[in-house]
Amino acid sequence: MPAITLRNINNFACHDTNMDIEDGELLFILGPNGSGKTTLLNIIAGLVDYRGTVMFDGNSIDRIPANKREVGYLFQNLLLFPHMDVRTNIGYSLRMQKWSQNMIDNRVDELLNLMNIPHLALRYPGNLSGGEKQRVAMARALALSPKVLLMDEPMSSLDAQTAEHLRIELKQLQRQLGITSVYVTHDLSEAINMADRIAILNSGEISQVGTTEEIFFHPSNAAVMNYLGRPNILDCDACRTVGRGIMEADCRGLKIIVPHDGKSFNRIIIYPRDVYVSTSEPPGSQVNRFKGVITDIKTSESTVRLRFKVGENMIRTELTHQAFEEMGLSIDKEVFVTLSLRRIKIYESGETDMSPGIIYQNSER
Amino acid sequence: MKILKKLKPGWGLFPILVFLILWELIARINDTPLFPPFSEVIIEFYQLIASGVLGENFLSSLTRVLIGFSAGSIVGIITGTIMGWNKIVDRALNPIFNLFFPIPTLGWIPLLMLWIGINEMLPITLIFICAFFPVMFNTVTGIKNVDRNYIKAARSLGASDIKILFTVVMPLALPNIFTGLKLESGMAWRTIIAAEMVAIPTGIGALLMKAESLIRIDIIIVCLIVLAIMCLTFEKSFEWLENKITSNWRQHAGNNT
Repeated sequence: MPAITLRNINNFACHDTNMDIEDGELLFILGPNGSGKTTLLNIIAGLVDYRGTVMFDGNSIDRIPANKREVGYLFQNLLLFPHMDVRTNIGYSLRMQKWSQNMIDNRVDELLNLMNIPHLALRYPGNLSGGEKQRVAMARALALSPKVLLMDEPMSSLDAQTAEHLRIELKQLQRQLGITSVYVTHDLSEAINMADRIAILNSGEISQVGTTEEIFFHPSNAAVMNYLGRPNILDCDACRTVGRGIMEADCRGLKIIVPHDGKSFNRIIIYPRDVYVSTSEPPGSQVNRFKGVITDIKTSESTVRLRFKVGENMIRTELTHQAFEEMGLSIDKEVFVTLSLRRIKIYESGETDMSPGIIYQNSER
Repeated sequence: MKILKKLKPGWGLFPILVFLILWELIARINDTPLFPPFSEVIIEFYQLIASGVLGENFLSSLTRVLIGFSAGSIVGIITGTIMGWNKIVDRALNPIFNLFFPIPTLGWIPLLMLWIGINEMLPITLIFICAFFPVMFNTVTGIKNVDRNYIKAARSLGASDIKILFTVVMPLALPNIFTGLKLESGMAWRTIIAAEMVAIPTGIGALLMKAESLIRIDIIIVCLIVLAIMCLTFEKSFEWLENKITSNWRQHAGNNT
């Protein structure tokens, strides 16, 4: 039985939304701004009005008010109470449940240790860094051991490095606690390595729900494909470490340098906007630079989309109309293709074996 | 400017000292009963205290201010909180309060003299009116200004509406509430003096009027000094109290989300 079930949810932002969220999974809700992501979380938390049914473990909770739903909610701007120190913030929900002071103290200590922040206990939120606030907010949301954890773009106010670090921790924590979690973001890269499943939300409607694999390889409709921007996915036959945090992947003959540490992988992802093209050989290092032949040109309103054959791989890129015209590109023309090193992502879950043929068949339209 | 920055806080007393010396000198040179020197005022101050006249009048003024101001601000905070929290109450009461608020407190004196009569309730009621409106309006603003998202957060953490009001909304509205209290604590003294001058036979204000009819400039100045000290003391004590309660979290509130 799903941990959370949404049936025919309607309100100002959602239209006939149906969804099942499995017990213990980390579900990502992706969608552009204004697609109703936050509203969907607020519906689950009971913070906005809606028609339809929300069930936890098969029992309707529509009549249960927000303060009794036992939902942990990590808000976008965290909303730590500025007039309470960290201890008091974390213990807030426990006090609301009238726990004894002794029990509150023990639980708060436990949470401070869980989040590695015992040293912050007596500080005030105004006095914390972004990452520290994040941990405090997480501890506060988890205090009552809720059945469900809702997270609304929790990393949006953090610098990239801190966010990356916290994402890894968050994923581990979620696994460790086995808590059913819904994570809302408009940042696709967050979902790629964290999500158990991804739901794409578009104008209040769920366009597709599936594993990362399914969403990337079998986008169910144009809305999903548009949103994802169709990344290049390259299969790698082998990979080896060439330096600290740097690995070299052999992708059907192309030697691609990837910023990665540790486990081997068999697929990499790079978005078309991170693939650079030039007609003359660019100066500088040869890293991740290849010769390719243009096989296809598609023009849309804002961009020109190109496909190249690079060795045995097909790689797509996007250009502005201006850049396209300045370079005077045409089909069968040979160009230099550079993959932006820092933008290459590892696609770690590679259990399903799919040939590149199927991939391109699906991403082709 | 650099020299000024290096001065210790105690140096603020220096201009006052200069002022007092000038006062003394000019009064001594211009020997007239209409402008007594500072030293004579101080002597009169002492005598008024010693004879108990000042103490008695001061106590009646202080009692009136304390009772009227406490009652006015407590009722103001309660009304303001209810109005800020509940839209229906706010819409119902706002027009009538807006109508009464601009009336200067002293404008009520003739009406209250006839309704209440000349007794202790008259100045207390005036101070009540003086404190009530600004404290109430500041409280409404404070409550309404609290980011609604904090309320959502508290609710999702299991707090009932009433708990949210007391644990989140009111504490966050405190700075606004204190603005009203600070302003009105001084204003209460200005009002009581005026009321006592016009309508009440006891208190510092009444003493002022008696001194005027006896052409006792020294007593008048003593009363004004007492008044200045009390206004300042009241305002500063609320400032101190506000700091005591909110400085922990407000000093860094700038980068708070």
